[in-house]
Amino acid sequence: MMFVPGNNPGMMADAHIYGPDSIMLDLEDSVTMAEKDAARLLVYNALKSIDFGGTEMVVRINPLNTPYGKKDVEAVVKAGVDVIRMPKTETADEVRELEAEIVKVETELGCLGRTRIMAAIESALGIVNAYEIATASKRMMGIALGAEDYSANLKTQRTPGGAELLLARETIVVAARAAGIACFDTVYSNLDDMDTFRKEVELIKTLGFDGKSIINPRQIEVVNEVFAPSQKDIDKALRIIAAIKEAQAKGSGVIAVNGKMVDRPVVIRAERTVALAIASGILDKEEAL
Amino acid sequence: MRNSKVVTLEEAIVKSGLKDGMTISFHHHFRGGDKVVNLVVAKLAEMGFKDLHLAASSLSDVHAPLIDHIKAGVITKISTSGLRGELANEISHGLMKEPVVFRSHGGRGSAIASGELHIDVAFLGASSCDELGNASGCPRSENAKSICGSLGYALPDARYADHVVVLTDDLVAYPNVPKSISSCDVESVVVVDSVGDSSKISSGAIRDSKNPRDILLAKQAAKVIINSGYFKEGFSIQTGTGGASLAAVKYIRESMIEQGIHASFALGGITAHMVKLHEEGLIGRLIDVQSFDKVAAESIAHDQFHQEVSAVEYASADHVGSAVHALDIVILSALEVDVNFNVNVLVGSDGIIRGAIGGHPDTAEDSALSIIVCPLLRGRIPCVVPKVTTLITPGKGVDVVVTEYGIAVNPERPEIAERLKAAGLKVVDIHNLAAKARSIIGEPDALPFGDKVVGIVMDRHGKVLDEIHNIVD
Repeated sequence: MMFVPGNNPGMMADAHIYGPDSIMLDLEDSVTMAEKDAARLLVYNALKSIDFGGTEMVVRINPLNTPYGKKDVEAVVKAGVDVIRMPKTETADEVRELEAEIVKVETELGCLGRTRIMAAIESALGIVNAYEIATASKRMMGIALGAEDYSANLKTQRTPGGAELLLARETIVVAARAAGIACFDTVYSNLDDMDTFRKEVELIKTLGFDGKSIINPRQIEVVNEVFAPSQKDIDKALRIIAAIKEAQAKGSGVIAVNGKMVDRPVVIRAERTVALAIASGILDKEEAL
Repeated sequence: MRNSKVVTLEEAIVKSGLKDGMTISFHHHFRGGDKVVNLVVAKLAEMGFKDLHLAASSLSDVHAPLIDHIKAGVITKISTSGLRGELANEISHGLMKEPVVFRSHGGRGSAIASGELHIDVAFLGASSCDELGNASGCPRSENAKSICGSLGYALPDARYADHVVVLTDDLVAYPNVPKSISSCDVESVVVVDSVGDSSKISSGAIRDSKNPRDILLAKQAAKVIINSGYFKEGFSIQTGTGGASLAAVKYIRESMIEQGIHASFALGGITAHMVKLHEEGLIGRLIDVQSFDKVAAESIAHDQFHQEVSAVEYASADHVGSAVHALDIVILSALEVDVNFNVNVLVGSDGIIRGAIGGHPDTAEDSALSIIVCPLLRGRIPCVVPKVTTLITPGKGVDVVVTEYGIAVNPERPEIAERLKAAGLKVVDIHNLAAKARSIIGEPDALPFGDKVVGIVMDRHGKVLDEIHNIVD
């Protein structure tokens, strides 16, 4: 998920050519108070007029308790955004409040249920409430960690190893998995230190995250490389999926690949491997089918 | 020393027999740091010369003082490969009575060799020279003031001009060898404070572009090369100096190492990137018409397999031995490409001259595979257009256009399109790219060109290719 400032038309127009899985146009922290209205108008028009090539479009709105939040919701829902990212989410009620705002606009437009929600958790309270937040609405598609505010709230600071974020990261992955939704890790802002960035991506992949928030197209390649399964894993996954299809066709319940029995978790992992290989651009969608 | 040719600039001019209406020439190896053109033309103005034809291998921002000399009638005609900055702006608005004649580097070499462009007096800056005129772009003193490496663009002038004056800021003891220009071709040597600021040729260090769009374009260009069918042991390559071209070299290098492929030679303007690949054993020879940075200039001074080449040997169309005939792959940039694969590298989308032809048409036409790397949009300016503002490189010589929105292959090269598609690259119709640019930007207003011809573009075979009209504000 690539963050793009909502007040920079050039960056917005270009964002999709680098092939991020999703683009998050930002109305919150990257836009100054004086430019909030102008950025909202820009983002609205960008969503309406730019061809993003089918990339999933997310907009980070301002918190609903600011003078901008509700106006942001109205504008981006009208523009047909896929996902609204709510910043600084601390309770399930906040998600429900956002949902109510979305419902209002969608009812007016006649497209009830179109807009999904992602909640960014950026405080200790938010982490404590992570599962409730993740299950607060059927529209919830994912939760994400906002590490800058979170570490400030913890009265610590970010370190290259990320020890201060460990509990938050694990909590978010567990909450997301329990709720059956996706989870995304925080941004890493030092563009000149690709080695630490890579280590961080490796860590969050191991923890179970679905993806990483990024702030520059140059980070896409590293995320794809880390998340991309090896050719060996892909081949194995494809064999498992083919065996399942064959077994289903025959009506057989038990599947074996290379002489080993394949149970449900193995199948799920194989499907995830193939999905990741497609997302990383190393496996063609048609080839996988 | 006996027979010393060292004189003052004024004495050299008097001795040359220069008269009003004659042609003087210069090279541009110091690029933005050149001091010779301004110094010599100021002296000619002071001495009262009028109506001179200035034939430089190229001119840039630093030559804005020529505007006053043109207004005063000292210079009334210009031949060059490029123009930039205030001088280009004034000329685009109709400063000169006679149109500027633009030639490619190969085209200029051919025109000088054939006599079509006759040079009466050449004023050639050199980073070292002895009292008899053996000159080099490499310094020889410990406290040398300048370095430009190859003097490739000056060599046709040195050989064919009626009278040659070398200007140097490093007069060294005879014999100044190895030399680029021979004392046999030189009539006078003039010692000056500085012939050029080497730091303005380019920065000395290798810097990788951090612009994500350049990186994207570079990776695509590298993939095109690697899958083109021409990427095999012994291939040869030339690249430009744009961010995307330089970055492409980095990705090609990775594939060369991975696949164990070596290039026989790299040609043209040589950069630190190419020197690095050469020193790593990935490129056998460097054929250098112009050293694009200090690393390249220092390499040519010390490495016997890094060789200087004259503009004629580099890119002349009618010279059987010119190196471009043996070139496999070239990566080039563009201001505009049109749906017929024609390229403009000289005139901006505002109608103002802001570039140089360089070796663009020479290498595009003669290489086996020419790749234009060019963003679809620069800000609000479309770069893939229905028709180029000015025709510089005809589309028949252009094989592939790489943009961030897809790769277009000239329909004359279906086999390349097939290979790229087979490698999974996004090959698109160039008309779709132009339409995509239009859909984002809208239809630009027509440029306000006037009736006056301010520039004539010659093709590399000596025929008029296009003309540039004045722009009206």
